[in-house]
Amino acid sequence: MKIIIVGCGNVGATLAEQLSKEGHDITVVDTRVQLVESISNSFDLLGIVGNGASLNVLTEAGIAGAHLLIAVTGSDELNLLCCLFARKAGGCHTIARVSNPVYGQEVSFIKEELGLSMIINPQLAAAREMARLLKFPSAWKVDSFAKSRVELVNFRIEEGNPLCNMKLRNMGSRLRCDVLISVVERDGEVVIPDGNFELKAKDEISIVGTQKKMIEFFKKLGMPTAAARTAMLIGGGKTAIYLAKQLIEMGIKVKIIERDEKRCEELSEMLPRAMIICGDGTEKDLLLEEGLLDTEAFVATTDFDEENIMLALFAKSICKAKLITKVHRISYDEIIDSLDVGSIFYPKYITAEHIIKYVRAMKNSMGSNIETLYRLNDNRVEVMEFLIKEDSPVVGIPLQDLRLKPNMLIGCITHKGQVTIPNGQSVIAVGDTVILITTKAGMHDIRDAVR
Amino acid sequence: MNYSMIRYILGNVLCFEGIFLLLPALTAAFYGEREGFAYLAVAAVTIIAGVCGRLKKPKSNVFYAREGFAAVSLSWLVLSLVGAIPFRLTGEFPDYVDALFETISGFTTTGASILSSVEELSHATAFWRCFTHWIGGMGVLVFIMAVLPLSGGSTMHLMRAESPGPSVGKLVPKIKRTAMILYGIYVAITLAEVVSLLFAGMSLFEALSLSFATAGTGGFGLLNDSIASYSMAVQIIITVFMLICSINFNVYYLFLIRRPKEALLNEEMRYFLIIVFGSAALITLNIMDGFSGVFEAFHTAIFQVGSIISTTGFATADFNLWPEFSKMILVSLMFVGACAGSTGGGFKVSRLIIVLRSIKNEITSVTHPRSVQKVHMDGRRISDTTVKTVLCYLAAYVLLVILSILLISLDGFDMTTNVTAVMATFNNIGPGLNMVGPTGNFGDFSVFSKVILMLDMLIGRLELFPMLVLFAPGMWKLPARRPEKKKAAHGM
Repeated sequence: MKIIIVGCGNVGATLAEQLSKEGHDITVVDTRVQLVESISNSFDLLGIVGNGASLNVLTEAGIAGAHLLIAVTGSDELNLLCCLFARKAGGCHTIARVSNPVYGQEVSFIKEELGLSMIINPQLAAAREMARLLKFPSAWKVDSFAKSRVELVNFRIEEGNPLCNMKLRNMGSRLRCDVLISVVERDGEVVIPDGNFELKAKDEISIVGTQKKMIEFFKKLGMPTAAARTAMLIGGGKTAIYLAKQLIEMGIKVKIIERDEKRCEELSEMLPRAMIICGDGTEKDLLLEEGLLDTEAFVATTDFDEENIMLALFAKSICKAKLITKVHRISYDEIIDSLDVGSIFYPKYITAEHIIKYVRAMKNSMGSNIETLYRLNDNRVEVMEFLIKEDSPVVGIPLQDLRLKPNMLIGCITHKGQVTIPNGQSVIAVGDTVILITTKAGMHDIRDAVR
Repeated sequence: MNYSMIRYILGNVLCFEGIFLLLPALTAAFYGEREGFAYLAVAAVTIIAGVCGRLKKPKSNVFYAREGFAAVSLSWLVLSLVGAIPFRLTGEFPDYVDALFETISGFTTTGASILSSVEELSHATAFWRCFTHWIGGMGVLVFIMAVLPLSGGSTMHLMRAESPGPSVGKLVPKIKRTAMILYGIYVAITLAEVVSLLFAGMSLFEALSLSFATAGTGGFGLLNDSIASYSMAVQIIITVFMLICSINFNVYYLFLIRRPKEALLNEEMRYFLIIVFGSAALITLNIMDGFSGVFEAFHTAIFQVGSIISTTGFATADFNLWPEFSKMILVSLMFVGACAGSTGGGFKVSRLIIVLRSIKNEITSVTHPRSVQKVHMDGRRISDTTVKTVLCYLAAYVLLVILSILLISLDGFDMTTNVTAVMATFNNIGPGLNMVGPTGNFGDFSVFSKVILMLDMLIGRLELFPMLVLFAPGMWKLPARRPEKKKAAHGM
């Protein structure tokens, strides 16, 4: 596909890298010469220097033949203007990044009126993922499928967990729980396990199930299931606002520590039910005074990556809270990962991931019946949602008799809005949506999965 | 330095050269010449060596600018060293240095020869001589990029090192597609010329050979008097195609995507045409006495002007006998050269425009010391780095030319010969004046001078820096490793 990306900042560069590696024709537009030069030297794409909201520049970038325009500059208004012009001049799909909370309520209106395909709000997306994680404190990562009815939770089996040394075929009888272990990563190897697979400590596993069953499952394993009850947020930026709103809705008590007095007033105006503390979040005494030792969740979301990492390290050393660290800019992923500071959020990756999901779905809709596509475990696993059509070869056969190719797993069947985690007797009907998990890339149809 | 990546690229280059070498072998088979076996043998060995080179995929595809420059320069060296072997094996060249001179002259599209008579060559050798022009014209690595998927996003460095011009850009986002478009245009122009020449009554062999030599702006001919004894029609066709091939290929691309307005507004092309027709007019006035009519004089003048400025080097007249003024115009045109992004050599018209505009700005800043001025071209600002690079290029160019003249003057030939020999090789033109004029050749130079001139041709074709960087201190020692990314663990 021909894609134009306006804005080469954090998000734009990440997007350009990933999409050009996936084989799309990428043109990037930015006013900053050096950024454009460095990005077009390192990836196979075309760089154009200029203002993305100018028709001339857009024409030069080939708006006439483009399929998609993604506007991810730092300015919401510029992004919207860009998309509006692109829509009128080229008639392509458009995605805009809009992050000001002021527009928060108006997103659907803007989307409708300007004919946008998608509006992405990095801070909101990050906040949503953080909130989802605080619901499942035992998980490392949570993804949701089938219109959020099914969740895919990723966590690591620690020593002493009942799952250790358990064969998957025995799991049903021992735990009596309707979840499915779909992917196991052991020593860097990714496998789709079958009934004879034996789990070991330190395995990183992904399980599929509905939210209710998932909580049941964690309970039976003796892992903490209740959502955190109190959360401490350091830094009162946009992410913190979005997160606080969601946490308050979930009934979690929120405390925000923010340095700037003016900002504190704004915060308390916007979040009447949150406790706003005006003070330096990096001050040890203040943190202790405000109950760091007893908080169940600690979120470091200041504007400074280094500060966030330090805060998380400190919190880890003195309390047992669930840690969430926001890292925005710095690119030393390997080192940060090795620090073991809980769940790390890179808003730029989250934003890029959302947009890439859309691009993949768009590409797939041009010649396959994949509804949505996700990639897990470092892109080595693909999770696809298929709509089952009448002529599909899988209809009406119990799964135990269906001969699937190796490394394929049907993770979930949605029949008339009812989600089931399938077993051997389950049958797929026309009109169902099916989630297929596989390590084989590049499938286009459910029939590719059948021998 | 990522040696395994360079090895892999060189392997690819050898593979393709081996395949190209099969063409003269086929020619020989067609004409029943024994020389074909030499080409066949070299082709076989080259393909085997190339396949060995690319058998193992490089572990890391880390590719910085220095790898790109090194890969391009080494590819051209290897290409020439191998391409010269069949010349020597067939026995048509007295020794390997002469064969190498001829090959480098071919690949760099110079067209300077050490042979006193080309009519005695076998068809296979004559064909290979002309075909090297065609390969070298657009560049062999650009060809490889068009055909093979060279992984990694940084292959832009390869294209930048091989393609001529102050700022090389892509036409479309994907480099592979860009390379394909360029070669597509190139092939189309070549075919058009072949067809035109066939219509003008040439044999297929002659039409193909001369088209390859023209499209690559090379200049190796099939006859001792170059193009002079062909018909008027043939001469006009060749004039037109020499000029077509020395215009920036971006212009043709703009025509292809139906943006003719922008194509016609291309400043470099317009200045190029002004220079061509202006010089031709001046020479016509200057040489009119020896001709029966204005048209004939103009026809001869524009052929030589086109041949020199496009850096092809064909000749229909011995311009060595022309008046001094006309000769001086031609020597100046040697320096100017073709447009950037074409198959021609020389300093390039766009660089000249940038230099002249920088000079103008410098003069203005004397009268208005506080004025802020930028160099513009095609309605766009030229970045200060590009301007700096162009000025530096000019300085390096002048110094290298002077140094080369100094070194070859050891042979004791006259000044005009020395100066124009260096100008003609450095700018990839071919013939110079006096001893190396259209009727002369480079055979009398000593081995040392030939080596200097060979280097000049390579340095000129790759536009100085890719070759010079080979000698930069530390170039070969820098590590090119990137730690393996274990896990893109985000959002966890």
